[in-house]
Amino acid sequence: MSEVTKKLVVSASPHFRSKTTTTSIMLDVIIAMIPALVASVILFGYRSLVLTVVSVISCVVFEYLSRKVMKRHNTIGDLSAVVTGMLLAFNLPSTMPYWMVIIGAFVAIVIAKQFFGGIGNNFVNPALIGRIVLMASYPSQIGNFVAPFSHRGGVDAVTTATPLAQMTSVYSAENIGTAIDAAGFPSLLDMFLGVKGGCLGEVCILALVIGFVYLVVRKVISPVIPLVYVGTVAVAMLIAGKGDFTFMAYQVMAGGLVLGAVFMATDYTTSPVSFKGKIIYAIGCGVLTSLIRIFGSLPEGVSFSIIIMNILVPHIEHITTARPFGEVKEKKNKKEAEAK
Amino acid sequence: MAENKSLVKEFSKGLIKENPVLRLVLGTCPTLAVSTSVESAIGMGLAASVVLVCSNIVISAMRKVIPSKVRIPAYIVIIAGFVTLVQMLVKAFLPQIDEMLGVYLPLIVVNCIILGRAEAFASKNTVLYSAVDGLGMGVGFTAALLLMGGIRELLGAGSIAGFTVLPEAIPPMTIFVLAPGGFFVFGILIALANKVAESNGKPKAELKGCSACPMASTCSLVGSKDACREEVK
Repeated sequence: MSEVTKKLVVSASPHFRSKTTTTSIMLDVIIAMIPALVASVILFGYRSLVLTVVSVISCVVFEYLSRKVMKRHNTIGDLSAVVTGMLLAFNLPSTMPYWMVIIGAFVAIVIAKQFFGGIGNNFVNPALIGRIVLMASYPSQIGNFVAPFSHRGGVDAVTTATPLAQMTSVYSAENIGTAIDAAGFPSLLDMFLGVKGGCLGEVCILALVIGFVYLVVRKVISPVIPLVYVGTVAVAMLIAGKGDFTFMAYQVMAGGLVLGAVFMATDYTTSPVSFKGKIIYAIGCGVLTSLIRIFGSLPEGVSFSIIIMNILVPHIEHITTARPFGEVKEKKNKKEAEAK
Repeated sequence: MAENKSLVKEFSKGLIKENPVLRLVLGTCPTLAVSTSVESAIGMGLAASVVLVCSNIVISAMRKVIPSKVRIPAYIVIIAGFVTLVQMLVKAFLPQIDEMLGVYLPLIVVNCIILGRAEAFASKNTVLYSAVDGLGMGVGFTAALLLMGGIRELLGAGSIAGFTVLPEAIPPMTIFVLAPGGFFVFGILIALANKVAESNGKPKAELKGCSACPMASTCSLVGSKDACREEVK
């Protein structure tokens, strides 16, 4: 008799549960970032690994301490602070002093994330806020890029300009093609493999693409935002470059565009839920990035455009909310007619 | 209201409980603009306090003469008179402060704190209480500016009141003297002031009973357990 009752279990829905948890998603994101981390260690030496470790540890410690002080349950187990720490390090050059990274981690975790309620409640991407605060505070340190492989030469690190910084002379040029040749960019293959100056995680496009494919296959992110974002920038640059494909290719692979599109614009908390909303959001990011790159005073605009679109996400969600099946749209005329 | 009023209470409420900047969130524009350094914060705080006390006294004294329909223009004229006085004095005796404050000194005329106190307090209370209220609010405003100016100057420029404090090895974080840093500090200070005011002031929700409520005669919840827990103002 008792066996029968065991088979008739009454429970509330949902009856099928996915094994996906916040921790497993964050772990997938971390795995997807490993190739870019390996690439940065090969290109810029062991310091980029130390920088990433410092950033991750300080993010986790700040998360633990702030939850403790605010008397909330501990959330370091969900690994979101580890992801923030890795992304923050990925957005900094390998020469960044360690204590500045710790300040960036403090801003990202305590101010941008925990002050607003922790994971799921941050209104912008914490790692990007950390980067922007560091950029506004220490512009010379954050713009100090070394040439790839210079750690092997045994000489002092050679500083170099990023392709995007060199690009500023190209925008106003009469003939885009000759201007690109004259500026002396790395070859397109080097651009793809990451043999160029830049922040840790953004240089090696190959590694980022591997991470992107992994995340899409594991269904952690939808490919809509990255593809539309990069596509919008490509189209805008094609127009700006008067149809020059080389210019467009350089623009897509330079700077933090691919890193931002794959890992930061797709953050669950700060990106829209619906398909339509994702497209609006990604196009907005792409247009802003292109405008800042071409007309702005800064060479790169990925972080600012993602933050601006993050802030607009609630409004995008509002206009793209799906209507429940069968719901009739309320007509204004009807109310007016009743009033009469 | 009249029986539990005391001069000390009217003065001290401006410090934390009803701090004009941190609790009432008035006068935000000059707060963010001039709190980049301690010197300009003190200059702004004192100038606004003087205007606040003087205009509170005059408005309170004239509260029965001014017709209520034209009270706002009348208050503005009185406030503008005092601001012009202060501005001339500062220009004559402290030209550096005048240069530092720039347009924000004449803009004290439209500072919400001063008009707010005139409307909310001076127009209903006697001269002595209005003066004390203005003084308390002025001190609260100056203290908040000083706190913000101190934090922003220390972190943003590495100095306090012009004297370098931080060693050269630590480059200051420029963002704190820029607008975004101002908003960061402002938001965090508001949160702290709320915390302090709630911990030692009156508790958030207070059951006053329905007898004090003006809606009691028409309210269906009188006496039931669903009656309002919030104090009805």
